[in-house]
Amino acid sequence: MPKSGSLAAYALTRLFLSLPMLLILLTIVFAVLRVIPGDPIAALFAGRAPPDVVAQTRHQLGLDLPYWQQYIFYLGQIFTGNFGTSIGENYHGKSVLAIILDKLPATVELAIGAMIVASIIGIAAGVVSGTNRDKPSDVALRLYGTIIFVIPVFWLGQILQLIFAVDLGWFPAQLRFSGLPFPNQVTGLYTVDSLLQGRLDMFLVALQHLVLPSLTLGLVLSGFFTKTVRANLLRTVNADYVEAARARGIPEGRIISRYAFKNALIPVVTVLGLQFAILFAGAVLTERTFSWDGMGMLLLKSIDSADYPMIQGVIVVYALIIVGLSVIIDVINGLIDPRVRY
Amino acid sequence: MRKGETLGVVGETGCGKSTLGKAILGILPVGTQVEGKILFRGRDLTMLTNQMYRRLRGEEIALIFQDPMTRLNPLMTVQDHFIEEIQAHEPVSSTEARTRAREALISMGIHEARIRNYPHEFSGGMRQRIMIALALVLKPSLLIADEPTTSLDVIVEAQILEILQDLKQAYSMSLLLITHNLGIVAEVCDRVAVLYAGKLVELGSVRDIFHKPLHPYTQGLLSSIIHLETKELHSIEGSPPDLIAPPSGCRFHPRCSFAQSICMEKVPPLVEFEPGHFAACHFGDKFL
Repeated sequence: MPKSGSLAAYALTRLFLSLPMLLILLTIVFAVLRVIPGDPIAALFAGRAPPDVVAQTRHQLGLDLPYWQQYIFYLGQIFTGNFGTSIGENYHGKSVLAIILDKLPATVELAIGAMIVASIIGIAAGVVSGTNRDKPSDVALRLYGTIIFVIPVFWLGQILQLIFAVDLGWFPAQLRFSGLPFPNQVTGLYTVDSLLQGRLDMFLVALQHLVLPSLTLGLVLSGFFTKTVRANLLRTVNADYVEAARARGIPEGRIISRYAFKNALIPVVTVLGLQFAILFAGAVLTERTFSWDGMGMLLLKSIDSADYPMIQGVIVVYALIIVGLSVIIDVINGLIDPRVRY
Repeated sequence: MRKGETLGVVGETGCGKSTLGKAILGILPVGTQVEGKILFRGRDLTMLTNQMYRRLRGEEIALIFQDPMTRLNPLMTVQDHFIEEIQAHEPVSSTEARTRAREALISMGIHEARIRNYPHEFSGGMRQRIMIALALVLKPSLLIADEPTTSLDVIVEAQILEILQDLKQAYSMSLLLITHNLGIVAEVCDRVAVLYAGKLVELGSVRDIFHKPLHPYTQGLLSSIIHLETKELHSIEGSPPDLIAPPSGCRFHPRCSFAQSICMEKVPPLVEFEPGHFAACHFGDKFL
């Protein structure tokens, strides 16, 4: 065991404590999928199949069992990594997990791209805004934060497509890749895979495709980030330890970076991390706008084709991602703040 | 202030004691108007450029704050506070700065094994000792202590005052002690300045102020001290004025039992009534 009070001990404890959280989340997913009105099997066949076929399909999926047996079966499936097989028209008979693992990298790539855009713009704008309180630059950036936050993501996406893809022709408006043979699948992230293969031309193509979707999703998020960074910075630039540092003759730039900014970062990391998790689910609209073949598209298609095991699988994976990210956020906070320990 | 002396600054809450300390160091909030001059070794500090003022802070004039609990950066080790301050003022290597940090902390009774700890791992008294060590590590010629013991318990208070007295002598440093505790003033100060509503109302040696207070406010302040024999509590009627719209003439006149019509009309100048004993009262000579 690592030394008690150390960061490693904190990370391990935090990981262990995430298990009950995961169980609660999975239970909610289970309950919600069974509480929502409508019989998924009836919807699948839309009344065109004889009753015995419907009953047989229901039996195959275990949906004719009592809820407590279904629940144990469901948890057993998740913890053995077997999410069942698809019953939808798109992926009929294929493993749900294999399909999800095939689509997940696209969403991860988009989420990371959006996060980079949002962090760079949001943190820079927040710092300028927070250190120039009520000056014209602050007022302008606050206005930007509000406006960009309320713009619908699909509208912004289409405007960017119109300007940069249709008019200027700088970036493609659709898909993740085109023109060249696909990079070898290693991580599934095309930008990373092409570099692993040593193909700069492939990397540039992948990057070009990534720019507009990332920009769309990142810009919308950047408004919220700007406001979060600004509010926390305003709190720390007036803190007692900042005044004390000034009284000791510490240079102003260092006071902002080591005292005000670093202390403001603690709540910001939490908010940013949770946004990152929400981004996976929120990417649905962006993926649709840019025909980005990821988890969001998969979820939409599965709902269209009433693919019950697939819907459940996608939502469970979202739950896993959110739990995993929340552990990572807490560990990062522990890295920044020595007071965060068990 | 004179070299090597301890000047006590006393007054009620809200009379501008802490503001005085911050004004000397030029760290009042942005946009604050400063009138008049702050003279330090023949230089007017209000005329300094930002860069010169920054160098002066910590190096020539240091400030110890009232509440040590919130004055250290929670994300930095104690040692890093010292290294940062030393390197902000002197071009020395990290190794040398670290050695000096260790010496400064050990001299304040902080154990060597703890210099890599974070502020939250120390008690209030220890943090105030760390703050003092931090203020003195560059050997300033003037130390401003803004109620350095208010938030500490009585035993720690006595220790801190003793440390301050010893260091003052060891470094031949002047000490500006801001406090509302007249007992501390009588014990450790050479001279006393009494502030009322942001103005200096009386200045003199501890003996003069305690035995022959000339300003009615100082008299009121002294009679409100509680002794063992005290049977009845004395207080000064009313409360300090609103400084956004201070009273006309002498700012103390609404609360003064000796007030005449001149007190409402004319601001009393600071007059030397006897050698080294100044007061701002139209009738100061009556109390001599």
